[in-house]
Amino acid sequence: MQDKIVEVNFGPQHPSTHGVLRVKVKLDGEVIVDAQPIIGYLHRNAEKLSEMGYYPKAQIYVDRLDYAAALNMELGFVLSAEKLMDVQVPDRALWIRMMMVELNRIASHFIWLGTHGLDMGMLSPFFYCFREREKVFRILDEITGSRLLYNYFAIGGVYSDVTPKSLEMIKTWLSDFDKNLTEIENIFKKSYVYVARTKGTGKLGLDDTISYGVTGPMLRAAGKKWDLRKNKPYLHYDQINFDVPSQQAGDVYARMLVRIEEMHQSARIVAQVLDKLPAGDFYNKKYSKPMLVRIKATGESYIPTESPKGEFGIYLVGDGSAIPYRFRIRSPSFANLSAAPAMLIGYKIADMTATLSSMDPVFGEVDR
Amino acid sequence: MSDNILVTTLDEALRWGTGKSLWPFTFGLACCALEMMSAMGSDYDWARFGSDVFRDSPRHSDLMIVSGTVTKKMAPRVRRLYDQMAFPKFVISMGACASAGGPYVRGYSVVDGVDQVVPVDVYIYGCPPRPESLIKALKLLQDRIADGKVKH
Repeated sequence: MQDKIVEVNFGPQHPSTHGVLRVKVKLDGEVIVDAQPIIGYLHRNAEKLSEMGYYPKAQIYVDRLDYAAALNMELGFVLSAEKLMDVQVPDRALWIRMMMVELNRIASHFIWLGTHGLDMGMLSPFFYCFREREKVFRILDEITGSRLLYNYFAIGGVYSDVTPKSLEMIKTWLSDFDKNLTEIENIFKKSYVYVARTKGTGKLGLDDTISYGVTGPMLRAAGKKWDLRKNKPYLHYDQINFDVPSQQAGDVYARMLVRIEEMHQSARIVAQVLDKLPAGDFYNKKYSKPMLVRIKATGESYIPTESPKGEFGIYLVGDGSAIPYRFRIRSPSFANLSAAPAMLIGYKIADMTATLSSMDPVFGEVDR
Repeated sequence: MSDNILVTTLDEALRWGTGKSLWPFTFGLACCALEMMSAMGSDYDWARFGSDVFRDSPRHSDLMIVSGTVTKKMAPRVRRLYDQMAFPKFVISMGACASAGGPYVRGYSVVDGVDQVVPVDVYIYGCPPRPESLIKALKLLQDRIADGKVKH
């Protein structure tokens, strides 16, 4: 028998690509010798369309970048735009933003956990995760009036105040969140098949992680405690107690542990925000309505934020008109996906779904 | 005469059965795919309406839910997947993007509606539609199948 390299096409339609990723894989027997991700199947020109309208109009395209965590995307945009336009934001709006962003981070990690279980051959975590996620969505629905894509943050505040009913809902939800999450966590940790398939799979060392520009839970799973909420605080994260989880192994199992611990920490942040929420305006009353902010801006601005996938930010350049001149998106999934060949080569083809789903790529953000 | 009556009844029974046992295709394109997953998840649970078996292969399934923006790079693949499905086959176009291009209609790489690529039976509005809308579309499709008013 002579050695023969077989080329296999993975995607763009495959249930475990989390969208429309295509990977060209070269196989020697069962072992992957080359893997090349091919992207662009969801290229929707978000950057150019954002440069065609006023600043607030760009927000609908920002929403649809990482559609699993739309509020985190909006945060990156409004912070950058406010710095560019020098808009002041009331204190209450900042606290509301923090709470909403953490709620959406939990929802995003629940989607990841459920679909990751599905990829690893477990159906029950999917239903448990979606049960918990719907509870978060009911809260977000009550506050913003929408389920998935909110358009809720505005330049100069937020569109609507939190209602007393929604605060009650959050309190009830928080009371049994940790218990329910631990229940789901145990399904993963106690499954022999899951642990055997993920421990030591898809390893990416710390040096590789940093040289590929990988951020977020994947970086923390490789051993570096780097979280922009701690290291470069924006909003009021410096006034809040929370831990940055990290693991040393850098494999799929470590990423799962990091993400689950992050959800616990996010719930901790939400609980603290509920105690500290100050009274006052929820948007800057200088502007009649948040959606009518048509300020002419000059200069450039970039504020990195910690989205569920990693460092997210929008680099804005204003040329003195009310329309952005350049709208550059720094998307974490794109950088994370570039490390895919390093994580796949040398492993077997059956480990591929585990590794790809552990990256949590969202293709609205990769292809933009 | 009695033969005719038997044939029409059998036909109706077949159409009723087809509608009530649709096997959707796990085919997520963009944002709407998350709402499709919500619809099959615990709270909305559209297995109640007889279409609980999400199949991963187009050859096993007879309902394609186009959930998200169809780009010019993806459109040939959508058509190919549709061709691979076995008859009878039905298409639900979910959301503004799949129906007419949605907010990306001015973009250079976006197809203005998936009906340029595959025949669509039911359109849903919304960006993204709520899971209730998807369930309503499923009921609508079942009614149309029972009436024999589908494209294929």
